[in-house]
Amino acid sequence: MDIEERKMRLRWGCVAIAVNMAMLVSLAGCGHTHAQTDNQQPSPSEKVSLPPLRWGADAEGGAPYIFYDPERPDQLIGFEVDLIRALERELGRRIEHQQYDFKKLVDGLERGDIDLAMNGLEITPDRQKRVRFSRPYYVFKLQLVTREGETAINSLRDCVEQRARVGTLENTAASRLLEELGVPTFLYDSQVTPFEDLAVGRLDAVLMDVPIVLYHGRNKPGLRLVEPLVSGRGYYAIAFRKDDEELARQFDAALERLLASGELRRIYEKWGLWNTSQEEIYPPNQFGLELARQEISTQPLAGWSFGSYFPLLLRAAWLTVELTVLSMAVAVVIGLILAVCRLYGPYPLQLLALCYVEFFRGIPVLLLLYFLYFGLPAIGQVFGWDVALRWSPFVTAVIGLGLNYAAYEAEIYRAAISSIPRAQWEAAASLGLTPMQTFRRIILPQALRIILPPSTTDFVALFKDTSLAGTITVVELSKQYQILSTSGADYRALVEIGIATALLYLLMAVPLGYLSRRLEERWHAGHLVEGRH
Amino acid sequence: MFEIEIRGLVKRLGGRTILNGIELTIEQGETLAVLGPSGSGKSTLLRCLNALTAFDAGQIRVGDIVLRPGKVPRDVAIQVRRQLGMVFQDFALFPHLRAIDNVALGPRLVLGLTKEQARQRGVQLLKRVGLQHRAEAFPAQLSGGEKQRVAIARALAMEPKGLLCDEITSALDPELKWEVLSVLADLKKDGLTMVVVTHEVGFARRVADRVCILSDGQILEVGLPQQVLENPKTARVQQFLARVMT
Repeated sequence: MDIEERKMRLRWGCVAIAVNMAMLVSLAGCGHTHAQTDNQQPSPSEKVSLPPLRWGADAEGGAPYIFYDPERPDQLIGFEVDLIRALERELGRRIEHQQYDFKKLVDGLERGDIDLAMNGLEITPDRQKRVRFSRPYYVFKLQLVTREGETAINSLRDCVEQRARVGTLENTAASRLLEELGVPTFLYDSQVTPFEDLAVGRLDAVLMDVPIVLYHGRNKPGLRLVEPLVSGRGYYAIAFRKDDEELARQFDAALERLLASGELRRIYEKWGLWNTSQEEIYPPNQFGLELARQEISTQPLAGWSFGSYFPLLLRAAWLTVELTVLSMAVAVVIGLILAVCRLYGPYPLQLLALCYVEFFRGIPVLLLLYFLYFGLPAIGQVFGWDVALRWSPFVTAVIGLGLNYAAYEAEIYRAAISSIPRAQWEAAASLGLTPMQTFRRIILPQALRIILPPSTTDFVALFKDTSLAGTITVVELSKQYQILSTSGADYRALVEIGIATALLYLLMAVPLGYLSRRLEERWHAGHLVEGRH
Repeated sequence: MFEIEIRGLVKRLGGRTILNGIELTIEQGETLAVLGPSGSGKSTLLRCLNALTAFDAGQIRVGDIVLRPGKVPRDVAIQVRRQLGMVFQDFALFPHLRAIDNVALGPRLVLGLTKEQARQRGVQLLKRVGLQHRAEAFPAQLSGGEKQRVAIARALAMEPKGLLCDEITSALDPELKWEVLSVLADLKKDGLTMVVVTHEVGFARRVADRVCILSDGQILEVGLPQQVLENPKTARVQQFLARVMT
């Protein structure tokens, strides 16, 4: 298979996951700040020559915080958008929205891509080490959601005792709470998909911030909101760079004024988010670490020592290996069948195999994974096969990667098999071997030495492509790195974890290449090549 | 009585007539040498005999098996190949198998011998072609002459009644040819029926019972070696022999 083609394919994959990747977003941040402006109305005091402030928030699946209006998809709405408008008026300064990956908001502040982060960002000690939080603007609780028929789950304790599969967002109060409790946790990028997976039965429950539950879980048929709310609470606050103390103070004051005027309450009532807990944010100046420490979600992660994160990476690395080996097994079997069909099958079968190869070579793996994971169960539901088609994330990844790589394998095998001289077929035939015996005993063993080098390359490529399984909640090595790296570690730890992850990848990939080369050398030096002594 | 009978054999390929009405009978135990310029259809004749190629008209009888024009049914092809072994110009040994396994593969897979039986037969046959000491070598480790002798042993392992040899010394250095040809001479003494397509006029003269000269898909002359090679009747045969013998 063509290397260029492989590169293109990978690039496609990258483009597709760009929605979740901070790198592209931050690139966009450099170039298109003005194109992304979402505040059309100039604020009254725009004459003041201060540049607009850049507000980082993730609008992807961001309801009810900040999201694109389903009625008018070019308009951003949400309670935080309303709050920003109110703050603009209070401060007399324009604030522009900057699309930014939720998980990268703190990094974005430090990089200087954005001036403030407000996106349901809760106060945690880890974050407090890196940013200056404003006073809280919202008190949130966590709520458990389960299916209507699921009577056994009525509290987090039930989840712990029954080892229920619980889904939540990465690097949130809920994910940390679940981790502390030791509940089998499935981590998502999007606020929408956990509820979909709950509805189709991949999850037993979802634990999330109340605003998200109110917006996404309430109206979904078949789901049940578990009362009472999980005890304890967390606080959303606006994050600033530590050295932007002056700016942070202005916002603190502005928030106080919005509280006092009742404007904040009006916004929350408009979005159905007002509840009595909000009264807690009224007393001024009591917030921050002292209060937050007693509450949920605020446990700092265990120190970032090598010993604490490395076992996690190792476990993920093992999963990566399993994923690679199983996917390759699927690819080899299907690839061989395809190659044989293309070479020796009747015409319709040849055509079918060709279509398979062109189709699966032509679509990005990521798209395929999404389709198998989200699309297939939905289609299955129409025909009543949803149970059969609702595969676990791991199985979906194995099948998706296997189907994709089968197309590449098929082409390698076809080329190798057809390169074996006709004379070998005739010699075998003249001995009375059947075509089947000839293929198995004579042709395939010889084709193997031609297949090995490109197949090894594919194997290593597949090994790295398993990182795409992270998008359907499989915590393989790259995903684990991503999770760790967005969990509030400082830059030093980040670099360290990054290097450890890269080393693990290399540790697995390099011996593989070595093994393949050794095998090749042995075959060449030994017996397989005609005319060498 | 085992004999090979060819009647009115015609083979066309892409508008060209490769074989044009061949009439030939090879008797049991006979060694027939087939000579002729390249492109005369010698190899095609052998391939038709072994059902590796379908033909367009005429009939071939090998023992009591009859081949007819058109695609040869697989069971008939396998039967005829059991009767006639074949050795190729470019050896066509299986490069991934040791010499002994090249020889033992057919008996094991086709004749249903056990691994041990097949191996014993392999050893016997390698001995017969003087290569018992090379049994464990891979084809790439053998010289050309050795390779061709393994190929002969491989064909003989199926216990055929006849052997078809397709220019089996053409790819060999001159000093290696004798070792292959002397194997054929031994086989003749053992009474094997052989059709040998060759350019070796010397071999044809000394070993063959009869010589057949083929040109443009037709038999120009067939007869005793002395007769055909020393006193050819037609000018074309004279010309051809003059070129080959220099």
